[in-house]
Amino acid sequence: MQDSLRDPNRIVITGVGLTAPNGNNLSDYRAALLAGKSGVVPYETRYIGPVLAGVCNFDEFRYQKKKDRRRGTRAGSVSIYCANEAVADSGLNWEQVRKDRTGVYIGITEHGNVETENEIFEISKFGYDTSVWSHHHNPRTVANNAAGEVTLNLGITGPHLTIGAACAAGNAGFIQAVQMLRLREVDLAIAGGVSESIHTFGIFASFASQGALAKHADPAKASRPFDKHRNGIVVAEGGSLCTVERLPDALDRGAKIYAEIVGYAMNSDAMDFVLPVAARQAECMQLALSRAGLDAREIDIVSSHATATEQGDIEECVALQTVFGDRPSLAINNTKSFIGHAMGAAGALELMGNVPAFADRMAHATINLDDQDERCGLRQIVANQPRSMERVEYLLNNSFGMLGINSVLIVKKFPREHGGVYE
Amino acid sequence: MAPADIRHVILDILERIAPDEDLSDLNDGVPFREQMELDSMDFLDIVMELRKQYRIQIPEADYEHLISMSSTVNYLQPLLKDAPAGV
Repeated sequence: MQDSLRDPNRIVITGVGLTAPNGNNLSDYRAALLAGKSGVVPYETRYIGPVLAGVCNFDEFRYQKKKDRRRGTRAGSVSIYCANEAVADSGLNWEQVRKDRTGVYIGITEHGNVETENEIFEISKFGYDTSVWSHHHNPRTVANNAAGEVTLNLGITGPHLTIGAACAAGNAGFIQAVQMLRLREVDLAIAGGVSESIHTFGIFASFASQGALAKHADPAKASRPFDKHRNGIVVAEGGSLCTVERLPDALDRGAKIYAEIVGYAMNSDAMDFVLPVAARQAECMQLALSRAGLDAREIDIVSSHATATEQGDIEECVALQTVFGDRPSLAINNTKSFIGHAMGAAGALELMGNVPAFADRMAHATINLDDQDERCGLRQIVANQPRSMERVEYLLNNSFGMLGINSVLIVKKFPREHGGVYE
Repeated sequence: MAPADIRHVILDILERIAPDEDLSDLNDGVPFREQMELDSMDFLDIVMELRKQYRIQIPEADYEHLISMSSTVNYLQPLLKDAPAGV
């Protein structure tokens, strides 16, 4: 163990910043997930009329000037909040941190739609005169916007990327961080995923046209993965960014360690623009397990991706059955049932909402699972009430997206005696 | 529009562009940039807001006239002489 503690290829999460529709920090968010508290509310956006959404209420100006918020985007604002919270939580002496050796890697599903829709609406009031199109449009809509705004805010001069990976993006942000840390490209990464998607009517309208936008008289019951009466996606905003470091660096500074990232994988279905493929999802999970040197029997909790769409939930259940079989000690849960689908933030929020299970050994539930679809009939799905676990050593986090992009992350509890946060 | 009304319009725009600044002591004879954080993109916001509110096109060659409150009001006076106050 002593030798492996000096292994620079071991990568750990040392600080957490997040905003979710049901919590603006990890402890509140975790408490909401264990209490079954939804963050889905009625929401009004342009053109499409009343919809349901997961809406965040973090303080945008805690770490950002009003002027910079006006200049930037909601994705940037979410990112700045989460990045600052993560840095503060990490215990890093920020003044001493080498900014040129710090990287920012933020997964995102889409970017630019919000600002483009806003500008088109604005010029519509001027007879579509493009001379009133904002000069802020380009810096707001470049694909690196979210991560770039973090570098501006925190004075980071190392590399930054906003990683477009549809709804697999949250895991992709972490994976990029792991790779760049192992390559010694950076010494510290701020990584995860964000979403501003509720501010574009187009995402709601497109899901509605696809027959995949959730409706329910009670907003809290609208997001119903695996349930027979599910009727689509609840779009959400949010973000979760973490400080990620090589283990020896974290140990040298006495960091608290939330989890070790022990396995990851990404692959592609190469089949369809929208429809998922269970076989490729299963391969992605198996590749992550293989890289972690784990057998599927060692995973304690699977944080599922299921979005409450007809095909998506069924395909993932087929993939989960293929990889994990019927082992009853496994818990499978779903965070989207609480907060909706936080798009680029989903993978990162869903991972971090489960990490405290290392301490409380509770698998949070999948709420709104009143009548489980027999085609999603996995017995291990934790329905409606949290499940107390014998042990929680490994979490596997699924995130899949359109164009057949799959991502899987596996994290391990870190021993308390070496700096692990959890008993 | 009278010079005082034009000043009010510009101040209103500046407050939106620089919401973190206290502009109550703005000195009309001193360049904006010496009194507040104002970069080229902010500056373009002034031009854009005037274009939106009053449909006036300020050519790039004339941007130098927008250096301070006094010079801006002087420059805009003929352009806004027929514009009603309080638009």
